[in-house]
Amino acid sequence: MTDVASAEFAAGTAPLSAAGVGDYWALLKPRVMSLVVFTGFAGLWVAPGHINPVIAAVAILCIAIGAGASGAINMWYDRDIDAVMNRTLGRPIPAGRMQPNEALSFGVILACGSVILMGLAVNVAAGALLAGTIGFYVFVYTMWLKRRTPQNIVIGGAAGAFPPMVGWAAVTGDIGWPSVALFALIFFWTPPHFWALALFRSGDYQKAGVPMLPVVAGPRETKKQMFVYTIVLWPIAVAPYFMGIAGAAYLAVAAVLSLCFTGFSIAVWFDRTDKWPKRMFAFSILYLTLLFALLILDRAPGGLLG
Amino acid sequence: MGAMSVSMEEFLKRRKSRNKAILAVLVGLCVLFYAITIARLSH
Repeated sequence: MTDVASAEFAAGTAPLSAAGVGDYWALLKPRVMSLVVFTGFAGLWVAPGHINPVIAAVAILCIAIGAGASGAINMWYDRDIDAVMNRTLGRPIPAGRMQPNEALSFGVILACGSVILMGLAVNVAAGALLAGTIGFYVFVYTMWLKRRTPQNIVIGGAAGAFPPMVGWAAVTGDIGWPSVALFALIFFWTPPHFWALALFRSGDYQKAGVPMLPVVAGPRETKKQMFVYTIVLWPIAVAPYFMGIAGAAYLAVAAVLSLCFTGFSIAVWFDRTDKWPKRMFAFSILYLTLLFALLILDRAPGGLLG
Repeated sequence: MGAMSVSMEEFLKRRKSRNKAILAVLVGLCVLFYAITIARLSH
């Protein structure tokens, strides 16, 4: 115990980190990251053209790190409201395991590193899109919209919708219309997904002063808008078939899943408890996962879906 | 949101685990840049 840090610890003179590796991992929001990686991979997979497998892996790694960096910066900025919501008070900063500046530094370094690596190793278009995605999530959603408007997750949802475009750009070097369709799919899926969560977590958001739609406009208006968004999703969900990046099996399943999603929103509309919002939230994750899994399977070598 | 107080033993354990993770990341970056170089050269 002769080193400076240990001596400072013993004397209690320096704000030393009590964070473990698991806390840094938690800062990356691994569950959100996994969905981002999945959709980003789908964009890369369905894009026309060829990419070296190593470069493809680097692109996915950069998307994952970029998403994690956004999560870390978000946790730094939202540390005050995270401390009052049950869902988030166990996060490393509000729990006191990590200094806020550590989280910010970690996030900024990862964000810069992922963008530079993407730009240099993959291509400039993918790097620029990744930078835009991180910037949108941090500045537009987290810092500007989240605490100001009930439309926060509608506009902010764009940040989560960019990864397939990044994956697509990694292969093609540009933004094609099919990648815009994949963007639109996640963009219009986000509101009903998050509002289902907000319906059974509205107390948390109210306590934290976050103007989620159920808090500001009430459950009735929220449920109506959720229903409308699930209807808007119908043509968007089947668009990949008509754009030639998915086959008939995708079309059939997308149609059925979209119908089910609307069915869930109707059940939520008539439900006065938390039961159906919880079910719809779970189904919304399944919905997006299945659609993107189908897109990937459709393009699998040998055509797994025929 | 104050700093969490941990014992000296726990502090040293966490610091060691962080150092090991940083080492793994650095080794990983070396391998990654090597792989990227080879992939770009063969393109």
